[in-house]
Amino acid sequence: MSDLLLKIRDLKIEGRSDETWNPIINGIDVDLKRGEVLGMIGESGAGKSTVGLASMGYTRDGVRISNGSVEFDGVDLVTASASTKRALLGKRIAYVAQSAAASFNPAHKLIDQHTEGPVQHGVSSRAESELDGIELYRRLRLPDPEEIGFRYPHQVSGGQLQRAMTAMAMACRPDLIIFDEPTTALDVTTQIEVLASIRDIVEQFDTAAIYITHDLAVVAQMADKIKVLLKGDEVEEADTHTMLSAPQEEYTKSLWAVRSFERPAKPAINTSATPVVSVRNVTAAYGTVDVLHDVSFDIHAGRTVAVVGESGSGKSTAARCITGLLPPRIGHVEFDGQQLPLSYKQRDKSQLRQAQMIYQMADTALNPRKSIGETIGRPVEFYMGLTGREKRKRVEELLAEIELEPTEYFNRLPSELSGGQKQRIGIARALAAEPKFIICDEVTSALDQLVAEGILRLLAKLQDELGLSYMFITHDLATVRSIADEVVVMKEGKVVEQGPKKEMFKPPHHPYTDLLLSSVPEMDPDWLTNLLQERGVDNIGDAAADKM
Amino acid sequence: MAGLAKIILQRLLLGIATLFAVSIIIFVAVNALPGDFAQSILGQGATPESVAAIREQLGLNEGPVTRYLKWLVAAIQGDLGVPMSQALFQSFTGSSTGGDVITVFEQIVPRLKNTLFLAGVSAAISVPLAVTLGILTALYRNTAFDKAMNVTTLSAISSPEFFLAYILILFLAVLNPVFPSLSNIFPGMEFSDRLNKTMLPALTLTLAVTAQMMRMTRAAIINLLASPYIEMARLKGLSPMRVIVKHALPNALAPIITVVALNLAYLVTGVVVVEVVFVYPGIGQLFVDSVKIRDIPVVQACCLIFAAVYILLNLTADILSIISNPRLRHPK
Amino acid sequence: MNALIWIVGGVLLLLALGWAFRFAAQKLTGNKPYFRDMPLGVAFGYVFAAAALLFSVWYFFQPQAVNDIPQPGVIFFRWAVIGLLGFAAASWLFRTVFRNVGSEGSKKLFRSMPLTAAFGIMIIIAYAFVSIFAGFIAPYGQEEILGSANVVAGGNPALGGNPEFPLGTDQIGRDILSRLIYGAQNTVGIAFVTTCLAFLLGGTLGFLAAVLGGWLDQLLSRMVDALMAIPSLIFSLLLMTIATAWAGSEAWLVTVYMIFIIAVIDSTRVFRLSRAVGQSIVVMDYIEAAKLRGEGMGYLIFREILPNALAPLLAEFGLRFCFVFLTIASLSFLGVGIQPPKADWGTMVRDLSQFINFAAFAPNVAVTPLLAAGAIALLTVAVNFVVDWMLHKSSGLKE
Repeated sequence: MSDLLLKIRDLKIEGRSDETWNPIINGIDVDLKRGEVLGMIGESGAGKSTVGLASMGYTRDGVRISNGSVEFDGVDLVTASASTKRALLGKRIAYVAQSAAASFNPAHKLIDQHTEGPVQHGVSSRAESELDGIELYRRLRLPDPEEIGFRYPHQVSGGQLQRAMTAMAMACRPDLIIFDEPTTALDVTTQIEVLASIRDIVEQFDTAAIYITHDLAVVAQMADKIKVLLKGDEVEEADTHTMLSAPQEEYTKSLWAVRSFERPAKPAINTSATPVVSVRNVTAAYGTVDVLHDVSFDIHAGRTVAVVGESGSGKSTAARCITGLLPPRIGHVEFDGQQLPLSYKQRDKSQLRQAQMIYQMADTALNPRKSIGETIGRPVEFYMGLTGREKRKRVEELLAEIELEPTEYFNRLPSELSGGQKQRIGIARALAAEPKFIICDEVTSALDQLVAEGILRLLAKLQDELGLSYMFITHDLATVRSIADEVVVMKEGKVVEQGPKKEMFKPPHHPYTDLLLSSVPEMDPDWLTNLLQERGVDNIGDAAADKM
Repeated sequence: MAGLAKIILQRLLLGIATLFAVSIIIFVAVNALPGDFAQSILGQGATPESVAAIREQLGLNEGPVTRYLKWLVAAIQGDLGVPMSQALFQSFTGSSTGGDVITVFEQIVPRLKNTLFLAGVSAAISVPLAVTLGILTALYRNTAFDKAMNVTTLSAISSPEFFLAYILILFLAVLNPVFPSLSNIFPGMEFSDRLNKTMLPALTLTLAVTAQMMRMTRAAIINLLASPYIEMARLKGLSPMRVIVKHALPNALAPIITVVALNLAYLVTGVVVVEVVFVYPGIGQLFVDSVKIRDIPVVQACCLIFAAVYILLNLTADILSIISNPRLRHPK
Repeated sequence: MNALIWIVGGVLLLLALGWAFRFAAQKLTGNKPYFRDMPLGVAFGYVFAAAALLFSVWYFFQPQAVNDIPQPGVIFFRWAVIGLLGFAAASWLFRTVFRNVGSEGSKKLFRSMPLTAAFGIMIIIAYAFVSIFAGFIAPYGQEEILGSANVVAGGNPALGGNPEFPLGTDQIGRDILSRLIYGAQNTVGIAFVTTCLAFLLGGTLGFLAAVLGGWLDQLLSRMVDALMAIPSLIFSLLLMTIATAWAGSEAWLVTVYMIFIIAVIDSTRVFRLSRAVGQSIVVMDYIEAAKLRGEGMGYLIFREILPNALAPLLAEFGLRFCFVFLTIASLSFLGVGIQPPKADWGTMVRDLSQFINFAAFAPNVAVTPLLAAGAIALLTVAVNFVVDWMLHKSSGLKE
């Protein structure tokens, strides 16, 4: 028995579009020893999930392995028969998918799905594997391990499902588990529980694993060695410590550098000045349920206020109250000291012009049937009254401002642009109104790190040049660190804490801010270990949440 | 479980409300007939006595709301009135209290039974056929088999029912006399004989309905097979059979049930043309005949029955798909 | 019972052949994964298809007449096969021509087009041409009675035909070819007008409901729900009863009423779709951006929503047209649609239908009713093929 568990050689994969096969993966090698964890990172489109699935000998519809071998313990999965593969899958190689909520069959109870693998593969009896399942749930620190398996997937929360899926993967005690972005869909405070339990169980059973993610800090906690992918090619591979301290390739270095972008701190606010936007005691409701409770904060000229919170904290609702899409039930919003009408329908053109918005999903924020020139030209014409040649000149200026070649992009449709470029067009459309204040709603969360950094730098540059004020809605504390001047932390529709960034990142904190801050993974490979020791292994997250 | 019962009760009430609305629409439509329709039916030469008699017979002397309520109450009790042809006959003979009156109800019931038999036979053939083919085309999608089925079913859907009917008559009755082309069904027939005579209309309906049902089943299954939990089941190393039976089928049930019920509802409409082609003594043919001679009570009654069956089937689809949804069956 | 034994025996034989085929292929290809992992059902499918093909070829070349007695089965089969291959060849040619002629955009479109869609476009163009120029193409008038009745199709005098009437004449001596051509004008034209009307009504109300929402949306939606609870053919039959009473002896009025009745009934389906499409667009961020900019309702509907709704609406137009067309044909077939003496396909099928019974000894006679019915089917098949392709294209290649 060789020490090498998985040996991939010159793996090439193609995908079909428009009746032709195009390369997705251009020859990748992987060596994985027993008990070793390989972290595979890359941006979207790098092909990491495709490689992950291919290492199980599996390809999705419209994708095929065109070359190379995937040897698992001496068996080439590329040429193996379907029944040979079936005998290995689930039993010796297991898979943990990105979305546990979608990957559990809604029609069966968790434990039934858990025991299916062991029973079908003849590893253990139904009763044995049920007991083992409960034991695994306990080890993964799921609440109520005796009971939880007898629920249906939709009755269990996302973070718990992800752990139940890890337990399911462990059911046959496989030699290799593929983790495909298992924590991407989770909030930071939930993510940490899942990370810790995955790491523990992989160590306990000495299972080899491929951990696929786009998050460097996460992979640093989980992996023994790291492989970086870019557009189907391997960039480099090294053990985790070397990779973090001394990356060799330019691309890797640039990835690492993203996390170090931070704007210089600005002088303290002149508190006597009138804030540009002032949210005063706003309470707002969807239907009859209040979702915002007495929220107040100020945004001063030329400053960036980051509004931070997990999903459902009410940060986007606050933005809807400012724009007037959701008129507050109590309280109001002031602009330059003047009270704004509650609903946008009652605001006049100049009031509307002064506050612009940039959206999270650039795809839905741009009309797919309008060219870039039309999209940016409309506010120019609508607010500034420019037409014909003057309008075109102004649009070209704006395109230059957002660092896109004016003549090249003027006539393009949104579908001909990349995600980052679309987001830039969204910025240009907001700038075209020549506003004082822009709401940025999670503008970087759908983008890859490098592209996101470009957007952040652009927004910073524009703020310096034009004196704009930003309300920056985000759930990502790394983004807050790099761009914010002031921070507002929200939870369940209330402002938990607010103040200048410097103070926010220094203790003492409100317990929830503390939990948020400490849950953000850092690039230090020992961060998770240290944090767990600090918090006490058995009460990660939950305990911190209880303290509040 | 209380949540589920509540949802189903809501749907039932909604169904009843819809039926009520439909009865109003039908009533209003019929009352939109021009002028004095007793006069227009009897023609210009009718005596004032016979007009008065037919007005009396049809209850035309009362206000529209009263008439609607009377009609509705009577319809609920199974009294659908007297066919115009009978009323006419009586008004001429003057025996308005004659004993041998055939009511609309008596006229419709045997016909309805025949139609239900025809629909039942078509459903018995088409549902298993469509579901099987739908699953097969979904499993072997984008193969030559799938593409051939796609072209065939699209053609079948696009063809008018009478075209399909005549093609079948040509091949299965005229060129190869397998089944009779006229369906003279009568009471007291033997079952096998009855089945034999019903076969051609049933096959026509089967062709029309199977294609649509198969395509919808295929779409539902493909949608399902693309879901991550099916991929997960495959990656657990389960046999293809088990993936289908254990993982796909329980979730496919809801969409397939919906597809079947919707198409059975469509079958009810399709029956009209097919019955006329094959001279099949069902409610569809009665309806068309009554439309031609403007026998309002019969038209009204048939329309109400068609609508009721249609609503009932849609309601069944709705309720069954709610019941088969695990999220609603096992609330949090 | 005998038939059952034959069927079961045939299936078993084909299964055995399928197994043998797979076994042979595995051996010959040195166990290529495709054959190694092939389920028996797939092998059965291959063998079955091969058997069906062989049988068709064999049957196609059977003599058309034995001892001067025509074999209608063989004749009809040959006609069907020749028709099918002819259409396939024509659409292939059509596609090839337009792959090389025309603008860059249209060339690109034709290059990625399946044969079925090319067939559909070709037929639609042909129908449009015939219905517009019916007056010039048709050899005789649609109501013209030409003396000799019941002339057999085919133009062969020996079989009771007449070269002057290639498709024969009907019971009262009108030229069937001319009536078919005028039928295109009447049936297709009326269906087209009706569909446009349905779209005007349903589309406008649907978008208004989607954009404005609130009580208007509720009111319209509930009304549409109630109207849609009656099967549409049944409802149109009911309303046609009333329409004929209103029209009295004016036959053309019946047709006008029919157009409005079907348009209203069909507009309910259009309403549902355009409301759904409208709603899915209204929630987009770019609509929110336009609202926050202060844009008016007109700009929102015509500049932001409508351009994005065009593709699904166009596909729906095709499907609706088919539906309307079939409904009109069915109504005419049942005798309450387009009124004689205007030529229309549904009525022609009904009038000529008894000719089918002559098929066993005079295949040519039986063709005429099928021609009219086939003309209806051909157009709806064509439109459906095009719509299917459009939907497939817009849904991307995800299937």
